[in-house]
Amino acid sequence: MSLLRAEEISVHFGGVKAVQQVSFAVEEGEVFSIVGPNGAGKTTIFNLISRIYDVSGGRVWFNGRDITTVPTHKIAQLGIARTFQNTELFEQETVLNNMLIGCHTHRRTNLFSELLFLPGVRKQELQFRRRVEDVIDLLDLQSYREQVIANLPYGVRKMVEIARALCLAPKLLLLDEPSSGLNPEETEDLVFWLEDINQELGITVIMVEHDMNLVSQASDRVMAVADGQLITIGAPQAVQAHPEVLRAYLGD
Amino acid sequence: MEVFQLIISGVSQGCVYGLIALGFVLIYKATEMVNFAQGDIMMLGAYVGITFISIWDWPFWWALPATIGVMALVGVVLERLLLRPMIGEPHFAVLMLTIGLGFVLRAIAGAIWGNEPRALPTPYVGEVLELGSAVIGYENIAIIAGTAVLCLCMWLFFRFSRLGIAMQAASQNQLAAFYVGIPVKRMYSLVWALSAAIAGVAGILTAPVSLVDPLIGFVGIKAFAAAIVGGFGSMPGAIIGGLLIGLVEQFAGLYLPPGFSDMSAYVLLLVMLLVRPQGLFATMQKKKV
Repeated sequence: MSLLRAEEISVHFGGVKAVQQVSFAVEEGEVFSIVGPNGAGKTTIFNLISRIYDVSGGRVWFNGRDITTVPTHKIAQLGIARTFQNTELFEQETVLNNMLIGCHTHRRTNLFSELLFLPGVRKQELQFRRRVEDVIDLLDLQSYREQVIANLPYGVRKMVEIARALCLAPKLLLLDEPSSGLNPEETEDLVFWLEDINQELGITVIMVEHDMNLVSQASDRVMAVADGQLITIGAPQAVQAHPEVLRAYLGD
Repeated sequence: MEVFQLIISGVSQGCVYGLIALGFVLIYKATEMVNFAQGDIMMLGAYVGITFISIWDWPFWWALPATIGVMALVGVVLERLLLRPMIGEPHFAVLMLTIGLGFVLRAIAGAIWGNEPRALPTPYVGEVLELGSAVIGYENIAIIAGTAVLCLCMWLFFRFSRLGIAMQAASQNQLAAFYVGIPVKRMYSLVWALSAAIAGVAGILTAPVSLVDPLIGFVGIKAFAAAIVGGFGSMPGAIIGGLLIGLVEQFAGLYLPPGFSDMSAYVLLLVMLLVRPQGLFATMQKKKV
């Protein structure tokens, strides 16, 4: 059974058909990339999966469950984490707090015991701290731990956003253009981190990405879209060589 | 001693401004809407308190939590019925809506409870504390103590409870909040509940001092000035701004010619906007695009 399955999902905004009957399935353990020219509907597909937009038609299944109408805030609990093209972080908080709040989705204590900081709460906080430290180690964020997001360079913010997503302990990670705004070195590091996230943590990754180099190095399969329609799904090289894909990028 | 007494009454009046200002700030921070009916919600709180205490004869210590509960409910209902449909509408439309809401609340209060000023009997009404030559009314002490306790509770709530942290998260960044699993819309309802409940407390605290009529909500304008002086995004700033305005008013009343007292809040606001437009506790962040 596929971890995520989209069945003929479509969305229109007024007369604009942003995504038209796109179907695909992502298997557990995969790194799956979505490519396509600007305005092809890649991010819109992300927003449909992660429930920012309601689909106009079609269904989305995750882990055997129909998530087409699940409320947006339940997505995290189900095991889907995501990042954004332009990073959405709690800007006035430290890296640590941004990550800790990711853990708190899984908190199981009540208001009363929290205010009194009872032993159960303390134990749980320690556990969260340990998880955060693991992620910090994984992504090399040690030196930024106590810094406020607003003071950090863009590349680091992108990593913090991924770190927060990992703190949710997701089964599926959605990365929206993880390499945009990163310099070539940082992008190279990203390839290794993606490998770690995928193989060490066993997290399935779907990413929207423009950098074809990164896509072919990191992904198992690639889906190409243009004008809201699916062109092809396949191995990175095959997709890059596909005549329709070339036409979508280069024009006729 | 006169100065000491002025300070006490300035601080107690300032606490009331501060509590209403807190309501402004909470709602603004979370939803980027300015609720100009905040003062009238306080007025409603005072009337709810009067209903419990003088009409239904409930003991004060039952009436207080009951009023807080009723006002929280009022806040939730207002948010769900009026404000939620306005998400995404222009700020100006929301502004008109809340100003209109103020008119409606005043009319409703007049229709239910009448337009004559009413007193709110409290266990401490009329009693005074004599400190040397200074005479301090217990109702003033109650306002100050009540505000202090409320501020402490709020601080604990926002600092340590998951709900408080979730509310802060939802007001800092909605999208991010959604994807760490926070039900953002429910947080908006809760923010309204919280600010209406605080306004309710402010109403009950201020009622013994100022008598209650449907127009007492107009102190909301001064509270709005207090919120701006404090930085309009900072909760401690709202309280400090309120205290400042309360104090300035009292001292202007004594040392300046008549009429200056009522004006002094706005003079302070103008001076603040000229000297330090971001307010005392600037927390506003420009949204980067």
